[in-house]
Amino acid sequence: MNAVNTASVVHPANESLTGAERVVLNLYIISALLVFVVMMLIGLIMRMAQGTWLNVPPNIFYELMTAHGAGMVGTMGLASCAVMWFFLRKYVRLHLAMFAANYVLFMLGALAILAAVFIGGYAGAWTFLYPLPVHSMGQWSVNAAALFMIGYLLIGVGFLLFYLDAMLGIVRTYGNLARGLGLNRLFGGEIDKTHPPAVVASTMVVIVNSLGILGGAIVLVMSLINAYVPSLTLDALLTKNLIYFFGHVFINATIYMAVIAVYELLPRFSGRAWGVSRPFLWAWAASTVMVLIVYPHHLLMDNVMPHWMLVMGQIISYTSGLPVFVVTAYGALTNVYRSGIRWSLPARLVVLSMFGWAAGIVPAIIDGTISANLVMHNTQWVPGHFHFYLLLGVLPMVLALMFHLVDARKVSSDGVGRAGLPVYLIGGLIFVGAFLAAGHVSAPRRFAAHLPQWVPYDRAGSIGAALVILAMLLFTGYILGGLLGASDNAPAADAAR
Amino acid sequence: MTPQDRIWLITLLGIALVALVFIYVIARSGGVPAAAGEVQTRAYAIRRWWFIALLVLGVGVTWATLRPFPVADQRQLLPGAQIVDVVAHQWFWELSRTQVNAGQPVEFRVTSADVNHGFAIYGPDDRIVVQTQAMPAFTNRLVHTFRRPGFYRVLCLEYCGLAHHGMANQFEVVATTGAKP
Repeated sequence: MNAVNTASVVHPANESLTGAERVVLNLYIISALLVFVVMMLIGLIMRMAQGTWLNVPPNIFYELMTAHGAGMVGTMGLASCAVMWFFLRKYVRLHLAMFAANYVLFMLGALAILAAVFIGGYAGAWTFLYPLPVHSMGQWSVNAAALFMIGYLLIGVGFLLFYLDAMLGIVRTYGNLARGLGLNRLFGGEIDKTHPPAVVASTMVVIVNSLGILGGAIVLVMSLINAYVPSLTLDALLTKNLIYFFGHVFINATIYMAVIAVYELLPRFSGRAWGVSRPFLWAWAASTVMVLIVYPHHLLMDNVMPHWMLVMGQIISYTSGLPVFVVTAYGALTNVYRSGIRWSLPARLVVLSMFGWAAGIVPAIIDGTISANLVMHNTQWVPGHFHFYLLLGVLPMVLALMFHLVDARKVSSDGVGRAGLPVYLIGGLIFVGAFLAAGHVSAPRRFAAHLPQWVPYDRAGSIGAALVILAMLLFTGYILGGLLGASDNAPAADAAR
Repeated sequence: MTPQDRIWLITLLGIALVALVFIYVIARSGGVPAAAGEVQTRAYAIRRWWFIALLVLGVGVTWATLRPFPVADQRQLLPGAQIVDVVAHQWFWELSRTQVNAGQPVEFRVTSADVNHGFAIYGPDDRIVVQTQAMPAFTNRLVHTFRRPGFYRVLCLEYCGLAHHGMANQFEVVATTGAKP
């Protein structure tokens, strides 16, 4: 159960899968890929509608927007869970039943959300900001809003089950969560270089996202009670705080789960181990705290918020970037520099993901400045920065694992990488660049129709989105073919370089 | 240069810097592998310096951007300000006055009659000048002094349902002595 972060074996024996494990993991991967492609197509439809290339009625636009937001955030979480599970199970005992239960509850939740949106007409956005879900002006029913929120609850329960199982495994192996996170080595003592980064990251995630999901569950239950007992009104500011706390922690947890793929895979191609160090442990300990208290940067335009919280939101936004730059991205570059790395597709994807994450948080950090937020909040600047680190950061991390699995069964994905990755990167940069440029000229986010001066940005964004989808279709076809079609090439026998 | 232009420029420079570092490292990733320990020692020594530089930059930017504090005091009323009461509804804006003077502070008291809205003021050049949220049961005070006369558009920047994108109004800023033409 101890760490074996051997740098030179691409497919180590302890990563082999039993038949049942392969089935569940394949379900995660295939579902995630298909949903990603469908949600990207929905995104393209929205950008084309804003660009006047498609005629989409506002009610349909906002339904699509709601499905896209909930679908992408949820599925990013699902796919990132697969990354965490795949690597963490090498170090601690995880129960496949809990991993499978998460999938089943996710699918039930997704069904409820899809029914709420496409049958019930719910279009209250993925953020379900009180009291919009119960105040639709006749556009959708309270039942549709309730079904949407029940869908979220089901998904949340699934994630909690998975996290509780991971917590149990970490505590059984390392004694407690603090040791899993490496807190016992923060101030002194010899660093155990075999302590796996995957365990550190997983411990952080199970702590913060359990709290995040509990915060979400509280506000969902409050909103459900209010939906059927309207006399029990809620405090709009309190619900907003809880929703952004939950939303921020959840989406950030997806990054922290997916980044495990970087720690695990990059050393195998560079030939250099990526062990923990004291700065590494400090970075993750600090991130554990910061991700929980940074959420007020979503509320910088709520002037009635206590001003010390707004200041905290700005300062923690800045400091949150430090671990990313100083430890993870820089660590990856150090790992690669003059290493003679073999640029396989997973290696290229993890390096791309580091770029996407590091570059994407530049506009995000700037938006966390109150005086900048005054003119940028809820413009397209916001989808600009979060698509940057999700599309060019987290998704490549997830894809890296998927291609890694396919490579274990096929010869190599390098060919599909050569064809698809440049298209994905160029399309992605055009896509996020169009959002950021539109934010620069104050184009609002979440508008079904745009003023003429914003249309060129929408059209550029559509072209970028189409290119990304083209690459994703290629990747998806290759991964599905690899997972479902080819036979296993005995990964234990595979030597790296 | 508008605040948006400054933000855009800083962002592009920041992203370009990150990209250049990645391109440099990727370009020097091949060839005969160097000893990992040697590379790490040198890289960590360099890291110490730019980490300190980032810390100093962060402290400086925090100090510079929070003084004066960019959000109006919510309890202390501003004597002599022009008061505009703003009530957001699905899907229209109710403004107590549609004309204010340039060069004198305006205090917007913004609330909502139903759901959350975003009260965003767009200048004559169609760029956002300032904004705050409109929330049910809360009143956000927003204080701004307009320098440029002209028509200012109000748009909703918090998604509020079917006609969110059509929720617009406007007011006029008129020139007074001392205001820019």
